Amino acid sequence: MLSALTRAQTAQPAAPVALDGWGRPVKSPVTGPKAAPAPRRDLSGIWEPANGPGDGIQPNGPKDMPSDGKPEHTPPYTPLGLQMQNAHKALFGTTAVLQALNNDPADKCDPLGFPRADLFQLRHTQFFQNERQVVILYQFEKRWRTIWTDGRELPKEIPESKWYGYSVGTWVDDSTLVVQTVGTMGDERAWLDNTGRPVSDGMRVEERFHRVDRDHLEVTVTIDDPKMYTRPWVAINKFPMKLQSPDYDVIEMMCIPSESEKYHREYGDVASETVGK
Amino acid sequence: MKVKVLALFALAVGVSMVSVPLFAHHGNSAFDTGKRLTLKGTVTEWFWANPHCFLKFDVKDDSGNVVNWVTETTNGPDMIERGWSKQTFKAGDEVTVTIEPVKNGKPVGRVIQVVLPNGQTLGMAYVKR
Repeated sequence: MLSALTRAQTAQPAAPVALDGWGRPVKSPVTGPKAAPAPRRDLSGIWEPANGPGDGIQPNGPKDMPSDGKPEHTPPYTPLGLQMQNAHKALFGTTAVLQALNNDPADKCDPLGFPRADLFQLRHTQFFQNERQVVILYQFEKRWRTIWTDGRELPKEIPESKWYGYSVGTWVDDSTLVVQTVGTMGDERAWLDNTGRPVSDGMRVEERFHRVDRDHLEVTVTIDDPKMYTRPWVAINKFPMKLQSPDYDVIEMMCIPSESEKYHREYGDVASETVGK
Repeated sequence: MKVKVLALFALAVGVSMVSVPLFAHHGNSAFDTGKRLTLKGTVTEWFWANPHCFLKFDVKDDSGNVVNWVTETTNGPDMIERGWSKQTFKAGDEVTVTIEPVKNGKPVGRVIQVVLPNGQTLGMAYVKR
């Protein structure tokens, strides 16, 4: 009895364990040392950032174009693009402001929209597909979008701007799907990234999903928006993702206005000195 | 404000647990970057929410006055990946919390690590799997 008590008192606390959305321990996503070849024209599965869950969270701008003041990371703004960038009061990047001064629409739980979903919060991402479409389910905000692969062309006249735009995809080889997206929101509620880089309704985004082998995927996103940028530029280049266990349940994640309001009131505003002054 | 500060800078213990970049929903501008405070207190609320969770706890200063600290973590899904959960704290728990405080002197900051009543340390590093 005494020895049992002694053991209990000296026992080390259990090491933290990562759990999925069902509270079950997360299994190793990659099943073997050498992955099998990529299945033909198939992106199905649950993908996560290969370098850890935080690798796809890009608060300071896209992975390959962070807002860090370096010339090589500064997008080629048009005069209008620069004007719009300066009008955006972001919480991150080289021109970050305090919370009380920001005008980031996402801070009020507006949708991230596309391509900010790729460029700010690339977390667990599920792909479902059939012979006509590929559907992407994003963990952040539980958003989804459809990429049509039935051979249709992008609309020449946009019926209505949409947060996640109009997307078509083409297999350029048996392991690479190239997706073109137009018709995204071009108003002040849509930002390209977390640092306030602007977008217009004339933007065209190319995503290149290359399944390197069964367990690995690379994502490249190129921005082409002549109203805001003088030439196309690559925001993320071969961003690595790996296949998650097929029984992994993606954890629910949403921006909830009532919780956000409490957060602002009790934490964010205090931190920004907007109360009690 | 004079509080029971155990250490002003990062403890040797737990340094490896803060090796990932910290991300605050409200940016980094408000924080006294690199500064550390370690506080001992009693949990009053563990708000498990989006966009970010926060931990509130009472700290008694040397004169016996109680200050309620409000300290944030990231969001629930991120904290689960770090081994935290909605059940990590309950009101009344005695905890030791290391934070990065804000610059304005308010009892506010972001959590670097906590030591739970059972001695377990939880930090901001993702759990290896």
